Amino acid sequence: MSKRVTIDPVTRIEGHLRVDVEVDGGRVKKAWASGQMWRGVENILIGRDPRDAWAITQRICGVCTTVHAITSVRAVENALQLEIPVNAQYIRNMIILAHAIHDHIVHFYHLSALDWVDVVSALKADPDKTASLAQSLSNWNGNSKAEFKKVQDRLKGFVGTGQLGIFTNGYWGHPAMKLTPEVNLLAVSHYLQALEVQRYASKIVSVLGSKSPHVQNLAVGGVANPLATDAQSVLTIERLLAIKEWMAKLDDFVKNVYLIDVAAIGAFYADWTKVGRGITDYLCVPDIPLDGKGTQFALPGGFIAGGKLDSYQPIKSFGDKYFTDGVSEAIKHSWYDYKAGNDVSLHPYKGETTPNYTDFQDDGKYSWLKSPTFYGKPMQVGPLPRVLNMLAAGHEPTKKYATAALDLVSTIAGSKVGLDAMHSTIGRHAARAVSCAVQSDELSRQWDLLIANMGKGDLTTFNPPSFPKGEQMGVGFHEAPRGVLSHWVVIDSGKIKNYQCVVPTTWNAAPRNEKDQPGAYEACLLDNPVADPEKPLEVLRTVHSFDPCLACAVHVVDQENNPVVTVKAA
Amino acid sequence: MRIVILGIGNILLTDEGVGVRVVEALAARGGLPSGVELIDGGTCGMEMLEQLENLDALIVVDCVRCGRPPATPVLLKGDDVPVFFRTKLSPHQVSLSDVLASLEFTGRAPRKTVIVGMQPVSMGLGLDLSPEVAASLPELVDLTLAEIAECVALPEAA
Repeated sequence: MSKRVTIDPVTRIEGHLRVDVEVDGGRVKKAWASGQMWRGVENILIGRDPRDAWAITQRICGVCTTVHAITSVRAVENALQLEIPVNAQYIRNMIILAHAIHDHIVHFYHLSALDWVDVVSALKADPDKTASLAQSLSNWNGNSKAEFKKVQDRLKGFVGTGQLGIFTNGYWGHPAMKLTPEVNLLAVSHYLQALEVQRYASKIVSVLGSKSPHVQNLAVGGVANPLATDAQSVLTIERLLAIKEWMAKLDDFVKNVYLIDVAAIGAFYADWTKVGRGITDYLCVPDIPLDGKGTQFALPGGFIAGGKLDSYQPIKSFGDKYFTDGVSEAIKHSWYDYKAGNDVSLHPYKGETTPNYTDFQDDGKYSWLKSPTFYGKPMQVGPLPRVLNMLAAGHEPTKKYATAALDLVSTIAGSKVGLDAMHSTIGRHAARAVSCAVQSDELSRQWDLLIANMGKGDLTTFNPPSFPKGEQMGVGFHEAPRGVLSHWVVIDSGKIKNYQCVVPTTWNAAPRNEKDQPGAYEACLLDNPVADPEKPLEVLRTVHSFDPCLACAVHVVDQENNPVVTVKAA
Repeated sequence: MRIVILGIGNILLTDEGVGVRVVEALAARGGLPSGVELIDGGTCGMEMLEQLENLDALIVVDCVRCGRPPATPVLLKGDDVPVFFRTKLSPHQVSLSDVLASLEFTGRAPRKTVIVGMQPVSMGLGLDLSPEVAASLPELVDLTLAEIAECVALPEAA
């Protein structure tokens, strides 16, 4: 007999996501993903000055402030066909990359590792054995016996008081937890070290962005950082040298800890390479522009159909029609109405945001998220689509780190694990780590490019925009940590006439579209194992593997006095 | 002495952003004692970790839903603070509570934490506060200033 399980809200994510699954014979047979809050930021922007949009859109979400800010200025620049100075690209690129590295590290260690790592089991570990295991995998300087002992003692003190603090809400002792106590202790230690390391990424963003936690330096037309080789209180060589040092610390952690831990945990959970495949139509946009117009990119992007790398179709420039013509959004199963009826799908330039809440209807409307499609098909976006598209494009650094990660998994697992294993729940984690290593290399290269260009005497960072009479339309896209983000703006004589944000989590957490095809979460949850419907850890593993961030996908409203987590099994 | 006044909330949702508006008002007013830092935290989380480490006092200013009449200022201290983070009084405590729990685990939590808040009237879409909350904003600023004065008078950590 099938059992309905509702997880509301899904914890350790930003925003409010509800997931329902029907479980039969220990497997998920049907799934619904539902954004439980309404987003209407678009309506706030209408009638405003397009130069202010980035500062408003960066308030949509506390995780992706810079991401929305960057995409918004790109959209307005695209509408005006405004080229920006290369220095401004390099500075924006460094902000983008440092933010992405921050996001990926925090996601793996602080938001999702606890689905795989049993914190309480780490108490039983032998610190000696943990150290020899860790040292066999990596020469990271935080892998000493003394370090592991220290962490274990601190954990004992914490668990001893009955207060798990940051580790509450975990499914400790769940039968799906498979790591040895030593691997668990290793992961908990790296969890704490990641807390220390992530700050370097935040510091890079705050120095370049002139303020933390919200950047202050963006402008339509470039960035507001005056560059100088001598003067104080601007972006000086001293500050850039400090950034270089923080980049090195991040790089060390990403390559010698994060990438290795993901490979090791992946090898111990090899059965999870067969779970969570779902949608294998992969969309990603190119990013890290190397010229003022956005015609050349350090990181390629495009579309892959059915997981086949040879089907790769590149997206070549900002405003590439192959991308802009392909996107539309349906609302058949979303709590909105379109003037032309519920069975149509609208291009974002024509997008409408008119709410129509009906309550949760299994076969009707059940989410505040719209259903975006690319040429009529639902997509998966995020690090896995990014890595596969970059591999398909022949991007050498991606090939290097993907091969290294898969080789390490194969060695630890004792059997050959190939690229096909990436189309899975655990594969999404591996891809995120590979992406992070590539981004770390690229961060360092962008720094070199900026210094070299300054060395040529070019210190420009801003080209002033001018707004002609009449209507202009533009799209800004960005390969954000969670995948394809696009902002679509219609400007009429210097004022915003329409604005739509199509965000990564909307692609992935979308409800069924106008043709009743499920979104990526819903598709990836099919056939997911569930050992105990009261403790649906396995469902969380698959959902968390996407790094859900609903704050920008939906609006932020909570009911009063809700319990923090409800798991209903009926 | 290091004291942070952290305004949190989403300024796109009218009264939800009251904490940020208090921080803006304090910045415009100026004249805060040395060692007192103002942070517009918005809805951010882990990015703020470093700025919140080893504080003598943390004053969180946020919109707080606790069943009081609209636009009532609220002050939570001592044992009431953990309750604030345990129950869903504010939509933002999820990420801030993670930050504070991490600081706790690493032994860098603030010596004292105070919540200054206001019962919202509107959580609708818009950049402006509701007229009621806007009218009570000076009261909330004064309450925050009184807490700053009290924290400044704390004995230094040994």
